[in-house]
Amino acid sequence: MKSKKLSIPYIAWMVVFTMIPIVMIGLTAFRDKAGGFSLEPFTKAWDYRFVFLKSLWIALLSTVICLILAYPLAYLLTKMKKSTQKTVQLLIMVPMWMNFLLRIYAWKILLQKNGPLDMALSLLGIHGSYIGNTAAVVVGMVYEYLPFMVLPIFTVMSKIDGGLIEAAQDLGSNNLAVFKKVIFPLSIPGVISGITMVFVPSASTFLVAEHLGGKDDVMIGDVIDKIFLNDQNTGSAISLILMVFILIFLILMNLFGDEEALA
Amino acid sequence: MKRTLSIIMALVLTFTALTCLAGCGSSGSSSNGSNASGGDATGDSPSGNKGEVNVYSWGEYIALGQDEDLMNVLEAFEDETGIKVNYTTYDTNEELYSKLTQSNVSYDVIVPSDYMISKMIKEDLLLELNYDNIPNYKYIDDRFKKLACDPDGKYTVCYSWGVTAMVYDSTAVSEKPKDWDALWNKDYEGNILMFDNSRDAMAIAMQQCGIDPSNCTKADVDKAVEKLKEQKPLLKKYVMDQVFNEMEGSQATIAPYYAGDIAVMMEENEDLDYCLPESGSNLFYDAFCVPKCSKNKENAEAFINFMQKPEIAAENCKYLRYGTPNTGAKDFLDKDITGSELTFPSDEYLNKCYVFSNVDDEVYAYMQEQFLKVKTS
Repeated sequence: MKSKKLSIPYIAWMVVFTMIPIVMIGLTAFRDKAGGFSLEPFTKAWDYRFVFLKSLWIALLSTVICLILAYPLAYLLTKMKKSTQKTVQLLIMVPMWMNFLLRIYAWKILLQKNGPLDMALSLLGIHGSYIGNTAAVVVGMVYEYLPFMVLPIFTVMSKIDGGLIEAAQDLGSNNLAVFKKVIFPLSIPGVISGITMVFVPSASTFLVAEHLGGKDDVMIGDVIDKIFLNDQNTGSAISLILMVFILIFLILMNLFGDEEALA
Repeated sequence: MKRTLSIIMALVLTFTALTCLAGCGSSGSSSNGSNASGGDATGDSPSGNKGEVNVYSWGEYIALGQDEDLMNVLEAFEDETGIKVNYTTYDTNEELYSKLTQSNVSYDVIVPSDYMISKMIKEDLLLELNYDNIPNYKYIDDRFKKLACDPDGKYTVCYSWGVTAMVYDSTAVSEKPKDWDALWNKDYEGNILMFDNSRDAMAIAMQQCGIDPSNCTKADVDKAVEKLKEQKPLLKKYVMDQVFNEMEGSQATIAPYYAGDIAVMMEENEDLDYCLPESGSNLFYDAFCVPKCSKNKENAEAFINFMQKPEIAAENCKYLRYGTPNTGAKDFLDKDITGSELTFPSDEYLNKCYVFSNVDDEVYAYMQEQFLKVKTS
């Protein structure tokens, strides 16, 4: 009974700031301008399907690259001395203390015409601007979200019982087999929460694309932002579809791991 | 179980009540905030002290002592009148509109643009001004009295105006651009920027199609859309504020933008030059208005009056580099500002410009939707 009472403020919080807004978005999505029931917002949302797919594609690409970069790093981290571990962890975290937008501006300068990258490549005789394309957006996303992938994987990996690894070695496993049979399976929960923490925000953000992308890199978040000003119904419908897609993604992730992703 | 439920319901109710109250408090006025729950926070301020004025205006829009030689006009107003100014800002006319219509706020002075003023007058959101309280209205240039959006001159005092123009990198163009068609020039492929704003982008495209944007219809929008689609492959990007970085850093060749801002860009990069398009462009203006939710109308008028003092209008113009309608202000401005075509285009040029203020709501909504489609196509 006591624990129930403790949860009341949180339940109230959830109702006011999560449940009610979601219900309101749901209601708005199924209405037309006059306020009657209508599926028109969804037919209008259909016009933006390619933007939608592109956003999901960029998010997926960023997540996969983050995973490829983060997994070995997290593994190496667990092998380090405690003191080096602390330092490296700190180095991974420090960029997050800086303003998000400021870091994007820095990337802008790095990639633009006559920027450092262009100057370096000019020495080899290649000129150009490396900003304003999808690759630049993905690079920006990976940079922004890498820590969110490294840290959960590292946390889970460092909690693996050393006894299990020794037992595997005693039973004749070589390093590869230890990794395949013990470390990798036990690190899956970390991988799943890492993927969730990278994919979900990168599917809905648009700041990175706005600054690093070109004329064709419009993200669904941008469409929602622009459309909401004069057509809240279609805006709500697109948000709702995005939520459903993310939910499906999380359920799929759940099939691989335990209850980790949804929690 | 029933009890828990009722407790939750009670909590939710108090929560919503609390958030509502908090909303009223912050919107009303900070010094009256504590009385807001009493219901009537209006009548108690003016007698004792001079009360206050809640100004809701554009970001980076008035001189606040940003430079050593700029004065802080809000402090000057407070010193002279003893009225406290609560100054908050918005980024778009739409943000202002939704604040006024969808939340329970109280502002005394707002500075909407032309088209938003017509909309607000139509929807009865503005109070008629008492021009007896605004003697400095006499300084306003006749061109900016009785604006197209306020034909009887009952609601507005123009604050600033400007035209759209083009800025280009003189080291990167083969010949001086003369008109908007430079934005469709294949030689600059990949280095052209365009307004990321349906009104301004569509207006330019309509001019290119020989349509007068001030009375456009949905069919005109469709033609403009085709023109914009034709332009898209040549573009580097659709931008608004990012244009400063792009042009000042020589990242793009040519861009349309607001003339006053082009003057600012040209100070940062001497390769830049400007062009007032031969076929004319959009004359836009923002004007002080008092919304219906105002609780301090007299203070609002005092504020508007103060901002139209010639020396104050000059300070703001010096900072903003948009034209001031205040005829007295020119005496307080340097030659290089009064002589600049970007801040003060000639009367002949202004006669070629159109005002984009009375576009039908439905057409405007259609325009926004279609522009988004061009961007995402």
